[in-house]
Amino acid sequence: MQQVKTVLLVDDDHDFRIQQRAMLEALKYNVVEAENAAAALGKLENPTPDIAIVDLMMEEHDTGFTLCHNLKKRLPNMPIIMVTGVAAETGVAFNVKTREEHRWIKADALLEKPVRAEQLQQEIKKLLKV
Amino acid sequence: MNQLQVLVIDDEPGMRMGVERTLDGQRLEFWGTDILDVAVETAGTGAEGVDKILNGKIDILFLDYKLPDMNGLEIIEKLGERAKELIIIMITAYASIEVAIEATRKGAYDFLPKPFTPNELRTVTRKAAERILLARKNLQLAQEKKQVRFEFIRVLGHELKAPLGAVEGYLDLMKTKTLGDNLDSYMQFIERSSLRLQQMRKLIVDLLDMTKIESGKRDRKLVPINLRAAAENAIELATPAANARKISISLESPAEIMLMADSGELDMILNNLISNAVKYNRDEGQVFVRLLQSAEQNIVIQVADTGIGMSAEEQQKLFKEFSRIKNAKTANILGSGLGLSILKRLAEMYNGNISVESEPDKGTTFTLEIPADQQQAETPV
Repeated sequence: MQQVKTVLLVDDDHDFRIQQRAMLEALKYNVVEAENAAAALGKLENPTPDIAIVDLMMEEHDTGFTLCHNLKKRLPNMPIIMVTGVAAETGVAFNVKTREEHRWIKADALLEKPVRAEQLQQEIKKLLKV
Repeated sequence: MNQLQVLVIDDEPGMRMGVERTLDGQRLEFWGTDILDVAVETAGTGAEGVDKILNGKIDILFLDYKLPDMNGLEIIEKLGERAKELIIIMITAYASIEVAIEATRKGAYDFLPKPFTPNELRTVTRKAAERILLARKNLQLAQEKKQVRFEFIRVLGHELKAPLGAVEGYLDLMKTKTLGDNLDSYMQFIERSSLRLQQMRKLIVDLLDMTKIESGKRDRKLVPINLRAAAENAIELATPAANARKISISLESPAEIMLMADSGELDMILNNLISNAVKYNRDEGQVFVRLLQSAEQNIVIQVADTGIGMSAEEQQKLFKEFSRIKNAKTANILGSGLGLSILKRLAEMYNGNISVESEPDKGTTFTLEIPADQQQAETPV
């Protein structure tokens, strides 16, 4: 019997959290929500999340980046999926595929909103190596 | 920005030198606030002059009518569209009426008959410079306005897209039956979707209100209105929403309190203030509406609530468009982010002032003070 994995879901958009939670719970994950970076850092124990999904733009335009750094400091082995509407809204495109970018964007995968369930499942599985 | 570039086209070296000596390096001051530094360039032939204008930043052109290679009118023609951006002053010893008319038609702004004194030259230059400065200021203002408009549309686009994205997300989850076959499982999705759509509708309605106010073309009719009666109407409108959350609304007012106002605008003001006080209240809270006439004959409308309140930092952003305060306390409250900027504009139209006092978790008081006599304020906006 495989243990249920916990996903930390950090997004300031109430509706996006409801939707992600529904998707993740349907995929049999345990979900812990946080609506901002500070709340996220307070939710790293009991249970310790196995993976985090972090929105890029929250209080500030780059809150997600800072949060990724801080999460990796506390839990170096926890993979992070960053989700963003940035490319769609501002035309700013970036990815985490090159080493150079990966050095300053401490996320392990990047998904653009709207995020579909299959995509999410695929990324989580890949990062948790299940 | 603060440079004024002058070009003299004249075949007489003495004339070129005279203008240069009088104007080059001069500093012109306008209205005690604006400064233009004059720099003079010269050209001895028409061809050289045209070249300098087309490849430079000339503002004022002193143009001799009689030149060896072409006459003044031909030069203006050669400049084409560029001539319209210049102030052209013809210098000529014998300007016939015909030449003057023709030159003016082609874009000359002024004439300076030869011979002229340095003082006459300075006066003509100053007059032209003032015109240029005003044109520059107008251009700058237009650009700033355009910038504000762009920013408004950008944010508006975002605000309209956000609820659509949310609703699409919920529909997608329903389409793929993420929560199974039972419709009841999807109630939260449906309720959230309808809330976001209501929000969108509210935004569009507010936007239309704002457009009405901004255009100023709407028929504004200032008539004597009993503010108390208008407030009673607004309270009645807000009562169903208040009752649903056991919020009481009380009114403290003289039986009659008259002011000159447009009834549509006054309704907008009262509805905005009172519905906000209900929306941002706690369950079982209170709303106090107070109307009074101050010693200075000003009308005071005060609406206080016992709601979630705001921090000092949040209060500062309050009257800006789309600066809706987003936190856990406001997540489920409908708002367009335009209501208070509408209120502020209306207050300005009535030569009034709106202020706010607030304390987090204690409540907020909005106070609008406007002159009772609006006769002087009746000029169209």
